[in-house]
Amino acid sequence: MNKYVRFRSKSAGFSFLVDRKALAATCILAMLTLALLVASAGIGTMRLSPLEVLKVLIGMGEETNATVVLEFRLPRILTAMLVGAELAAAGAIMQGIIRNPLASPDIVGVTGGASVAAVAFITMFETASVVWLPPFALIGALAVTLLIYVLAWKSGVTSMRLVLIGVGIGAAMSALTTLCVVMAPVNLTGKAVIWLTGTVYGANWKDVLALLCWMLVFMPLALVYGRAVNAHQLGDDVAFGIGDPVQRNRFILLFICAALAGSAVALGGAIGFVALIAPHIARKLVGPAIGGLLPASAFIGALMVMFADLVGRTAFAPLDVPAGVFTAAVGAPFFIYLLYKHRNQ
Amino acid sequence: MIEEAKTPMKALETRELTLAYGDAKVIDNLSMHIPKGKITVFIGSNGSGKSTLLRALARLMKPSRGAVVLDGQEIATMPTKLVARKLAILPQGPIAPEGLTVLQLVKQGRYPYQHWLKQWSEEDEIMVMRALQATNMEAFAERTVDSLSGGQRQRAWIAMTLAQGTSTILLDEPTTYLDMAHQIEVLDLLFDLNAKEQRTIVMVLHDINLACRYAHHIVAIKDKTVYASGKPEEIVNCELIRHVFGMDCTVMADPLFGTPLCIPLGKGRCVAEGNRVHAAAPR
Repeated sequence: MNKYVRFRSKSAGFSFLVDRKALAATCILAMLTLALLVASAGIGTMRLSPLEVLKVLIGMGEETNATVVLEFRLPRILTAMLVGAELAAAGAIMQGIIRNPLASPDIVGVTGGASVAAVAFITMFETASVVWLPPFALIGALAVTLLIYVLAWKSGVTSMRLVLIGVGIGAAMSALTTLCVVMAPVNLTGKAVIWLTGTVYGANWKDVLALLCWMLVFMPLALVYGRAVNAHQLGDDVAFGIGDPVQRNRFILLFICAALAGSAVALGGAIGFVALIAPHIARKLVGPAIGGLLPASAFIGALMVMFADLVGRTAFAPLDVPAGVFTAAVGAPFFIYLLYKHRNQ
Repeated sequence: MIEEAKTPMKALETRELTLAYGDAKVIDNLSMHIPKGKITVFIGSNGSGKSTLLRALARLMKPSRGAVVLDGQEIATMPTKLVARKLAILPQGPIAPEGLTVLQLVKQGRYPYQHWLKQWSEEDEIMVMRALQATNMEAFAERTVDSLSGGQRQRAWIAMTLAQGTSTILLDEPTTYLDMAHQIEVLDLLFDLNAKEQRTIVMVLHDINLACRYAHHIVAIKDKTVYASGKPEEIVNCELIRHVFGMDCTVMADPLFGTPLCIPLGKGRCVAEGNRVHAAAPR
């Protein structure tokens, strides 16, 4: 038991058992995220030392530095961070409830729903204000998730049906998306493709605030229902046997998952691979119990998208390459390296 | 049907229970009960519906007609969390996610007592430690479930059901995929749990001889209903085996335990002196 810390208060009525290893890993990941945030805010056409960035953050920096950091870089970096965290958390939940390591919102059609809605919006409502794009994409994600759930229903929803129908709907959505892109005038095609790759280019403080509010609702909710994910990971029969209302909680968890992934792609575009890979990396570090897995996944997802955006923003300057290009380009080799390193275990 | 003379306390009861997959009935209009504080074993041929019946007793399957009654209350009308405090079920061949430790698995048995703020109370800790102790798994608490041998793994799962702190435990073929030594290890553990803590244990077993040795009460299932039920030494004979399994056999007393020992007839090498007639008896 010395590998665990008990947090217990009789008066406040709470008690938790926390794995020391998971706690340490999460703290390190949090510090890494903070370090990358500061470093990233200093890197660009105008280079700033981490010290100068920190000065700006506590309100003591020079005015030009402050403008660059606070107006241009920080909103974008924070958006990348939140988008990555949301995607990874959604992936961790989905892999838990579907009990399939290949499940993720971008594979079972949740992100596909957002893509269709976003691309349809970009190509059909040329004159509409872009502020309507995120709500459109979010509604698309939620609507398609509901459709998948309804179609998978057969006196209850099994994870197998959910994933099969999800993959089918995902394929249909990607066909619809392609259709929208092909049918669109050439000047809008590029815009749509950039959205589909996923970019946080041009993110502003309003985006950050919207994402943050959304996350403050759904991340705690994910942690509260995380208990059910732990139960579902053991199989439907065991979960029901230990007293979890499996069908009800599966629906709620799927909704939480769609809300997280949907809002992430609404502002970050269809950034791929993060939701699939971040939970796997986290599992290698902290194990499959969701209490440790969810925060660890979120930080890893945040790091992935922040790093991808940093590379996209600076490596080919003045060209701004969408972050989505690099999440896979950086994430995949790293993941293969992890599997390779652990091959003998 | 052989009924027991005096009705013992009932842990579980079925009333005119009908179970079906679609239109195919598996159990038809069955009224029976599980005696409290005893080990009950369901036997029957493949596809006879014994596992389905066990699942229905654990409310994992909804009856198409009739009801399952637990402590005088219809199980279908009780909140699932409340049922989970009275009755635990270990399904057949459960799978733990990769990397899950034994402690994390056993801890899940406390699920019906926890909520999102209260996830590791003192009582939870005591019950989990006691479950690890009873199954002799304390030394393995930090090991991952996937790194254990088959017998240890099954003991870890049984520990999870023990942590649930229920008076009744249902197990669907707890010895499948285990070699003989591990089968005995698991069944001895369940026998002890019953003897020391008076827990009601209900399980499905394929091995008739082990069923006769460990069960106080046997329920033989055939033709969508109970063919016979009672003490193994009173009901298990050649005729029962022939009807329930469609197999000819000789039944004798186990030389060590005195419980019925069933030796199937059929082909095979015979090296016994003067006993050839018996082994080669016509079907």
